[in-house]
Amino acid sequence: MYETNYHRPSSVEEAVSLVGSTESGKFLSGGMSLLPAMKQRLAAPSDLVDLRHVEEMKGITVNGREVRIGGAVTHFEIKNSDEIKSVCYGLHHMASVLGDPQVRYMGTIGGSVANNDPAADYPAAMIALDATIHTSKRAVKASEFFVGLLETVLDDDEIVTAVSFTAPEISGYEKFRNPASRYAMCGVFVAKTGSTVRVGVTGAGADGVFHWDEAAQALSANFAPDAVANLSVDPGGMLSDLHGSSEYRANLVKVMAKRAVASAK
Amino acid sequence: MTKVAMKVNGRQVSGEVEGRTLLVHFLRENLGLTGTHVGCDTTQCGACTIHMNGQAVKACTILAAQAEGTDIVTIEGIATGGELHPMQAAFKQHHGLQCGFCTPGMIMASIDIVNRHGSDLDEQTVRHELEGNICRCTGYHNIVKAVLAAAGAQEQRQAAE
Ligand SMILES: Cc1cc2nc3c(=O)[nH]c(=O)nc-3n(C[C@H](O)[C@H](O)[C@H](O)COP(=O)(O)OP(=O)(O)OC[C@H]3O[C@@H](n4cnc5c(N)ncnc54)[C@H](O)[C@@H]3O)c2cc1C
Ligand code: FES
Ligand code: FES
Repeated sequence: MYETNYHRPSSVEEAVSLVGSTESGKFLSGGMSLLPAMKQRLAAPSDLVDLRHVEEMKGITVNGREVRIGGAVTHFEIKNSDEIKSVCYGLHHMASVLGDPQVRYMGTIGGSVANNDPAADYPAAMIALDATIHTSKRAVKASEFFVGLLETVLDDDEIVTAVSFTAPEISGYEKFRNPASRYAMCGVFVAKTGSTVRVGVTGAGADGVFHWDEAAQALSANFAPDAVANLSVDPGGMLSDLHGSSEYRANLVKVMAKRAVASAK
Repeated sequence: MTKVAMKVNGRQVSGEVEGRTLLVHFLRENLGLTGTHVGCDTTQCGACTIHMNGQAVKACTILAAQAEGTDIVTIEGIATGGELHPMQAAFKQHHGLQCGFCTPGMIMASIDIVNRHGSDLDEQTVRHELEGNICRCTGYHNIVKAVLAAAGAQEQRQAAE
């Protein structure tokens, strides 16, 4: 790891101005993506601005079906929240199968959403929940926030301060894990409210997370695993790497969508 | 260089570190606490697991500076007097280790699991929650038995056998 300077601000404003005053500073939340990348010298920020002590980015609030989760909330806190469990089964389940216990104690939803790793879990939930990503500058819909592999609309000095969404009536998430890295080779989040269904897919798309329109339409008419059985996913839009071909991933999308519908609560 | 101060195994300690110094290196090299191991570069093996403010975390992926002001417990800090911690005793009794390289991390992660689940623990939960710890030797069965035994989950232990 190259040398870097550590800073510990206590407000969003202070963190933004700190990063702005550095040569190539970056925000540091749980460090569960950034520090491994720095150890491999894939990233070499001049400065690290720690967001774990920013009080205004902490806490989960659930008001009826309106949910707001602070950017510095950890995966463990989401998994451990009875309120999240009671209003949004899919997100709760997602947090309990994300990484391992040690990673869940440190990693944050803000860091995960900002990082937009093509195999990360939360982006699929944000898309399916039609969530709003709140930043230090603006509020952006998830469908506009995620731009491509490891890319979002965020500026270098912009912080994800919270995410918010209206909890669906029913939701579910299922992923197929790479047996070695345990990251999703495909993860599908389904959310249903009334007759509206949304389907977020991570891990599989060549451009990162996407909304699977055809499945959402079919499931709106009939919310059952069989409803997606006759659909097909174009392998042309899928990732292909040593872990699996694009044809393999296209099939996985369908299988995971069926499982997510079957397990949704 | 910056100065960091924290509590380690009940003792207030401080030291000079670089911004990039990892907590695991601070523990091993500055404090001589070499029971905490480094087994990978990818945050996957769990050999470096310690407790920070009561939670099991991977010391290879935390900066020493991030740990400023925290309460750290390492494998050296869990026995009382000459007596092994119940989790250490269970690993010994159930043959939960062979070469021992993964063991400090396994034990720190397992104590955290039992802290969270108590005697409600079942075999499936132990296996799922040890996902962040890799063992090259044992094949995990005896580790799982040890954790269940330490949790006092007698019935589940018999089922696992
Ligand atoms: C062994 C292991 C297994 C894992 N398994 C999974 C898994 O199954 N599924 C999954 O989804 N993830 C997994 N992860 C990744 C983990 O969820 C990370 O915690 C997460 O992706 C990043 O969150 P973080 O808080 O750790 O961010 P950091 O690593 O601190 O930061 C990541 C990036 O986001 C930026 N950043 C951080 N916070 C903010 C913010 N609030 N606003 C703007 N920018 C910010 C940083 O500058 C950096 O570029 C795994 C990680 C490990 C080490
Ligand atoms: S050394 Fe920390 S996870 Fe492998
Ligand atoms: S006992 Fe050898 S690695 Fe686990």
